[in-house]
Amino acid sequence: MAERLKVHVDPDKCQGHARCKALAPELFELDEYGNAHEAGDGTVPPGLEDKAWLAKSNCPEIAIDVIEE
Amino acid sequence: MSDVSQPVAHPPVTDWVNDFDHTDPQWTDDPFPIWDELRAASPVVRTERFLGCYMPTTYEAVREIANDTEHFSSRRIIVRDVRPEISRNAAPPITSDPPVHKPAKQLLLPPFTPDAMKKLEPRMRAICNELIDGFIADGKVDAAARYSKYIPVQAIAHMLGIPESDSDLFINWIHMILELGIKDENMLLQAVHEMSDYFRTHIEARRSRPTDDLISYLMNAKDKEGNPLEDSHVLGSLRLLLIAGIDTTWSAIGSSLWHLARTPADRERLIAEPALIPTAVEELLRAYSPVTMAREVVKETTISGCPVKAGNMVLLSFPAANRDPKMFPDADKVVIDRRENRHAAFGLGIHRCVGSNLARMEMQVAIEEWLKRIPDFRLDPAGTVTWSQGTVRGPRQLPFLLGKAI
Repeated sequence: MAERLKVHVDPDKCQGHARCKALAPELFELDEYGNAHEAGDGTVPPGLEDKAWLAKSNCPEIAIDVIEE
Repeated sequence: MSDVSQPVAHPPVTDWVNDFDHTDPQWTDDPFPIWDELRAASPVVRTERFLGCYMPTTYEAVREIANDTEHFSSRRIIVRDVRPEISRNAAPPITSDPPVHKPAKQLLLPPFTPDAMKKLEPRMRAICNELIDGFIADGKVDAAARYSKYIPVQAIAHMLGIPESDSDLFINWIHMILELGIKDENMLLQAVHEMSDYFRTHIEARRSRPTDDLISYLMNAKDKEGNPLEDSHVLGSLRLLLIAGIDTTWSAIGSSLWHLARTPADRERLIAEPALIPTAVEELLRAYSPVTMAREVVKETTISGCPVKAGNMVLLSFPAANRDPKMFPDADKVVIDRRENRHAAFGLGIHRCVGSNLARMEMQVAIEEWLKRIPDFRLDPAGTVTWSQGTVRGPRQLPFLLGKAI
């Protein structure tokens, strides 16, 4: 099995910079205040792995985890 | 009135590490080597000026302070020569600390989400093109005075529902508050007073005829107990939106165009690959971050191992943090396709800029529309580029020649 990735946004750290939504719109959603959470259960569909890492490495609050399962 | 001090000229700085001054002409012209010198000396430096003020010089020290609302208060957010009494609803939420900060911030967030900004984008494109129409035939332009300045003013006027034709009035108030006000208390008070009177008139008009804009939105907003906001809160937040929304983005657009005027390779790449513009905007925000904030130390602590004592101000330089080579490889170079960019141009922690999505949209649109119509431009050797002083840094005079060099 190829490794599968999941993304997770720590809601206590997220301050709504929205960089993840700009870089990986398929993987993140914003609430009415513009704060982010992962789309669905955070599972990264095949082919979007790069975007997951990109979102993580551009979050100024270090609020995003990419979990390898 | 005798204790309202007159502005005092600052002596020139000769020892940056022990006596820094962000209003010194050398800092205004070229702050980057100064920040490198300070960073090499210590993660936190201090000056006796401004009644005592620290400056964190590394990204890490800036992050520590931004995330520490227990020892560092936002009740004063501009480093100035004087420390007048604090007014409770100065400009919430930027001047608020926990626990009152969060509800005040949540009120302002929904109108500034990325989706809300998308609705404003067509109007912004039209504004940019109207501005370009005004000078493109001349072959030369002061891009700070005739382009970058009016984009954010007209955007925020549009959102607040106040006349775009009052732009020069707003720009003058902001100059009085953010630049002259550092050393001249009377100037700052006069501008705040005039601005408050201006908004009171607009609030009154909306009591009988509500409108679909941010002023009516704030007038109708309710706190957690379901009560309307106090008038002073509405006024304070309106002052904040006007002040914070204008010369910040004016500066960011201006610095971006200044960079592109001097860097044909980056210009050509963005014209060939417009999809790269959002990435380039992030890098331009990092390299030329306009906004330096402040905190007041309210409880003794240590930052990056350096003792910090109550009663001092803190110059919270996000621009200097963004030039820290420990955080950003090639920190002193503009790498327009930089992939990893955790820059702090919009702040870190709970005070993240409410208008960051607006500013990003304005910058992207302003650069896209400019490059579509003016692919070739350069600094006019007969003119001089000048930069604003103090809290917000950006070009205030930006003379360009338009078209290919002959």
